[in-house]
Amino acid sequence: MKRIYLDHAATTPVDLEVRKAMKPFLSDNFGNASSLHSFGRDAKQALEESRGKIAEKLGAGPDEVVFTSGGTESNNLALKGVAFANRKKGKHIITSKIEHDCVLNSCKWLENEGFEVEYLDVGREGFVNLEVLGNSIRKDTVLVSIIHGNNEVGTIQNLKEIGKICSERDVYFHTDACQSFTKVPLDVGKHNLDLVTINSHKIYGPKGVGALFVRKGTRIIPWQHGGGHEFNKRGGTENIPAIVGFAKATEVTGEKEIQHMTGLRDRLIAGIPGEFPDSWLNGPKENRLCNNANFSFRHIEGESIVLRMDQKGIAVSTGSACSSHSLEPSHVMIAIGLKPEEAHGSVRITVGKENTMEEIEFAIESLREVTDGLRKMSPFVKNV
Amino acid sequence: MYSDKVIDHFNNPRNMGEISDADGIGKVGNKVCGDVMYIYIKVKDDRIADIKFKTMGCAAAIATSSIITELAKGKTLDEAMKITKKDVSDSLEGLPPIKQHCSNLAADGLHKAIEDYRGKR
Ligand SMILES: Cc1ncc(COP(=O)(O)O)c(C=O)c1O
Ligand SMILES: [Zn+2]
Repeated sequence: MKRIYLDHAATTPVDLEVRKAMKPFLSDNFGNASSLHSFGRDAKQALEESRGKIAEKLGAGPDEVVFTSGGTESNNLALKGVAFANRKKGKHIITSKIEHDCVLNSCKWLENEGFEVEYLDVGREGFVNLEVLGNSIRKDTVLVSIIHGNNEVGTIQNLKEIGKICSERDVYFHTDACQSFTKVPLDVGKHNLDLVTINSHKIYGPKGVGALFVRKGTRIIPWQHGGGHEFNKRGGTENIPAIVGFAKATEVTGEKEIQHMTGLRDRLIAGIPGEFPDSWLNGPKENRLCNNANFSFRHIEGESIVLRMDQKGIAVSTGSACSSHSLEPSHVMIAIGLKPEEAHGSVRITVGKENTMEEIEFAIESLREVTDGLRKMSPFVKNV
Repeated sequence: MYSDKVIDHFNNPRNMGEISDADGIGKVGNKVCGDVMYIYIKVKDDRIADIKFKTMGCAAAIATSSIITELAKGKTLDEAMKITKKDVSDSLEGLPPIKQHCSNLAADGLHKAIEDYRGKR
């Protein structure tokens, strides 16, 4: 059976060019970037070239990019590192209700440590209200952390306006840009960003590597102590093959790929809500990640949809309570105002550059069969 | 995550549908996750002569609905009342622990349908 992968918000395959770039750094050029000899110097050179590429993509200086093990670690470092380093100024942090779990759980942990966190509501389309954000900033606020592109409903926040507010009020501004990086322009200068989380495996790079942009002069303490690596901000021997792959991956998604993904996404949005009974689009129509579509189907359940689609070889995901470890529906679905029973039937389809329009047509057709079949089974749909 | 037996019943549910002139209906729902199940029974000579289900829920909820119709069909009402959650789980070669909340509905639904029938008489 031909398999079709439509879950690129979860992870992406490693691009062949990326793999090619990584390969020499496994067995041939394997040195430790901290070593003095030529093996070490070669590794160091690859490390710094990679850092330069990523810095350029962000509009940052090379000494402002700290490599980490991924998005989770970067978010932990940004939140905990800034919170603890600025305790004397204040203990108030502002974030949103639609952050990734690694941000929300870092915040919950900080609350246990005596910090105060405000979780901003979002509107039906997932946008943070800028006025409310401005009004929430207090004298003792040290950090605002707002996700750039949402991983479930695709909402792209207005970083420029949020950055302006934060800089006027002199609070640090962090964004989790794991989903938006390379897809949506991001410039740390224009957007007044002090910290940015990015990772590699959402952009056709390897898993287990990411970075945190830390503006020069930002007060932050390391979370992982070690031997002075990464400007004393993150200890541990750098993962050179992964870092080289990450840097190469920043070149993979260009204007052409973005256009292509947008076309596929728009075909899904045109072909599903409204065309299918009792269905709708979650998240915004504009300012939406180019690869994200998210739908709800009333009277049916998401895990069943995912598994039936899987049997047709199509990989998608859901925010249903039945598929979560906590038995709770996705916090993002609830935050945008869905009732639990509406979140129950939600399906996320995230396309990639390698998907074709034929695959999308097949996915829509398959989703039609799957949802029709499940609706027939639902006690809330009269038939038989 | 799921046994082959669960997937089989999820893909090919047995006795799915409604009984328009049912003698008893058991409507159960899970407040935690949102799954909902209706069990319809037709009773003849104190036995479950026919049984059908309709379910909105995950694979565990659908598979347990399906298997319980097989377990209950032809049984006397007293025998059917004795079918437990464990019987359901065992017949499906086990269910993931996290899925307990979705899976417990089936036995509850069957028992409620029988009580509904008995209450009407
Ligand atoms: C928005 C967002 N933040 C953070 C992460 C975590 O990144 P990682 O898997 O690299 O730890 C992810 C992906 O899982 C994500 O989508
Ligand atoms: Zn369930």
